[in-house]
Amino acid sequence: MLSLENISLELEVEERIVSILNDVNLNFEAGKMYALTGPNGSGKSSVARVAMGIYKQTGGRVLYNGEDITELGISERARKGIGYAFQHPARFKGMPVKDMLELAFKHSDGYNCKVLRDIGLCPDDYLERTLDNSLSGGEIKRIEIATLLALNPKVRIFDEPEAGIDLWSFEQLIDVIGNSHRKDTTTVVISHQEKILNMVDEIVLIEKGTVSMRGSRDEIWPQIKESAECSCRKNCRLEEDIYADCPR
Amino acid sequence: MLTALDKKLLQEIADLHGEPPGAFNIRKDGEGIERRSLEGIEIIPKKDQPGIDVIVAPGKEGTVHIPVILTETDLSDLVYNKIEIGEEANITLVAGCGIHNPGKGNAQHDGVHEIIVRKGARLVYTEKHFGEGEGGGKRVLNPKTVLVVEEGAYAELELIQIRGVDETARVTEAEVMAGGRLVMYERLLTDKEQTAESDVLVKLMAEESTARIVSRSVAQGSSSQKFYPRLLAFGPGRGHVECDSIIMDQATVRSVPEIWAENSEAELVHEAAIGKIAGEQLIKLMSLGLTEEEAEEAIISGFLK
Repeated sequence: MLSLENISLELEVEERIVSILNDVNLNFEAGKMYALTGPNGSGKSSVARVAMGIYKQTGGRVLYNGEDITELGISERARKGIGYAFQHPARFKGMPVKDMLELAFKHSDGYNCKVLRDIGLCPDDYLERTLDNSLSGGEIKRIEIATLLALNPKVRIFDEPEAGIDLWSFEQLIDVIGNSHRKDTTTVVISHQEKILNMVDEIVLIEKGTVSMRGSRDEIWPQIKESAECSCRKNCRLEEDIYADCPR
Repeated sequence: MLTALDKKLLQEIADLHGEPPGAFNIRKDGEGIERRSLEGIEIIPKKDQPGIDVIVAPGKEGTVHIPVILTETDLSDLVYNKIEIGEEANITLVAGCGIHNPGKGNAQHDGVHEIIVRKGARLVYTEKHFGEGEGGGKRVLNPKTVLVVEEGAYAELELIQIRGVDETARVTEAEVMAGGRLVMYERLLTDKEQTAESDVLVKLMAEESTARIVSRSVAQGSSSQKFYPRLLAFGPGRGHVECDSIIMDQATVRSVPEIWAENSEAELVHEAAIGKIAGEQLIKLMSLGLTEEEAEEAIISGFLK
C-alpha cells in the first residue's frame, strides 16, 4: 500500500548538513499493523515525516498503491489517504476541539463524540475546550489521536501515541488503535512499548537512520528485548504487589 | 423603511434578520429611523445633541439593539449615547456600525458611548464593525466608550472588527468599583493599507475589583495596528491583560501593555505576543487534507473566535 524505496534524507542542522536517513526501504501492506522501534534519534519519526510529505527526501521514491507520490505535498498525500498523529501535537489558540475534529471528519457531531469517548475524554467536557495551553500534555495528545481516528485514513501513522498518557488510558489506547484497524487499512505505530510491539504483525527496527531488522514479533522481540526493556524492570517486579503494571 | 442594503448591514453587525427583538434604535445616515422602547427599557433621543439615552430600570432583563448604518459617501456622523443599566438588571446590548460607502469621499462614524452598570447589574455588550463599498472612499470608525462598573456589577465587552474598515481609533476607558468585574474581548483583523489603534485604560478602584482584557488581532497586507492596553489598580484589585497578534505579509503591529499598581495588595499581569502563524500548525491542518491557504484561514478564524 505504502512503499518507501531507497529513501535518504539530509537536513541542515545548525548550518551543517546531517544525514538523518540512509537507504531506507520499507513496504507497508494493507490490513497489517506495524511497529517502528529503535533508539531515540534513530530516525523513526523522520521515516513517518517523509511518508507524510513533511520532510522532502534527498533521494529515493515514495509509492502509494503503486503510484509515485514522491513529488506530492502534505495536503495531497492526506487527500489520497495518508494520515499522521504527531508525537508533539501543535496547539492552536482559540480553536475549539470540536472545530479540529470537524476539519478531520466533516460530518455528524455524533462521530466526534465517539472518537473522544474512545480515547477516554468526555465529549461534554472537551468539545468546546480550546486547543491551547489550558490542555495538559496528555489531553492534547489524546485529542491528536482522536483527530486521526476521526480522519480515518487508509494509512494511519501514530507517532509515540503513548507519550504523556497515563497507565489506565494506555490500555484503552492500545484497544482503540487495535479495534479501529481494518482489513483495508495499514497501521504504523512508532513506539518502544512492549505491549504495542506485541499487538503488531511486524516490527521494524530503525537504527542510525536505516532499517537494521524487520520481521514478526516472535523473530524480532527476543533480539531487541534487552535494549528495549526498562532497566529498572527487575526492581519494579520485585515489588509488583504494590506497583501498578509496568507500561512497557 | 429599511432597504435591502440596510438589512444586509444590520445582519453583518448585529446578526439581525428584519426587526430586532426587544427594545431597539436604528440610526441611519445620521438620523434615528426606527425605535422601540419597552416597559423598563426606555430609549429617548437626546434634545441638545445627536444620540440617545438608553435607561434600563432596576431588575429588568432583556435585549437592546442600537445599531448604526451608513450608506452614503461624504458623510461624517457623530453621536453621543448614554446607557444606564439599573441595579440588578441583566441586559444584552448589541451596538455596532456598518458602513457601505458607495463613493470616493469618506464615510465616518464617531460614536461616544457612556455606559453605567449600576450595583449588582450584568451587562453583555457587543460592538461589531463592518465596512464595504466599491467607490474607493474610506470607511472610518472612531468609537469611544466610557464605562463605569459599580459595586458587585459585571460587564462584558466584546469588540469585533474583521476587515473592511480603513481607519479606526478606538478609546475605551473603564472604572471598576469594589467587587465589580470587567471582561473585555477585542478581535481585530486588518488588511491592505488599513490602520487600527486601540487605547484602553481600565482603573481598578477598590477591593475585589477585577478586570481581564483579551486582545487578539491579525494584521495582513500592509496594514498597521497599535495597542495600548493599560491596567491601573488603586486598590487591592486583580487584573490580567493578554495581547496576542498574528503578523503576516508586510504588516506592522505595536503592542504596548502597561500595568500600574498603587496598592501593595494589587495583582496585575500582562502578556503580549506577536508572531507569524506557526509552521507546525499549518502542517497539522494540511495533514488533514487542507491546502495551505485553507489551513491559514482555519487558524485565523479560530484565533479570532
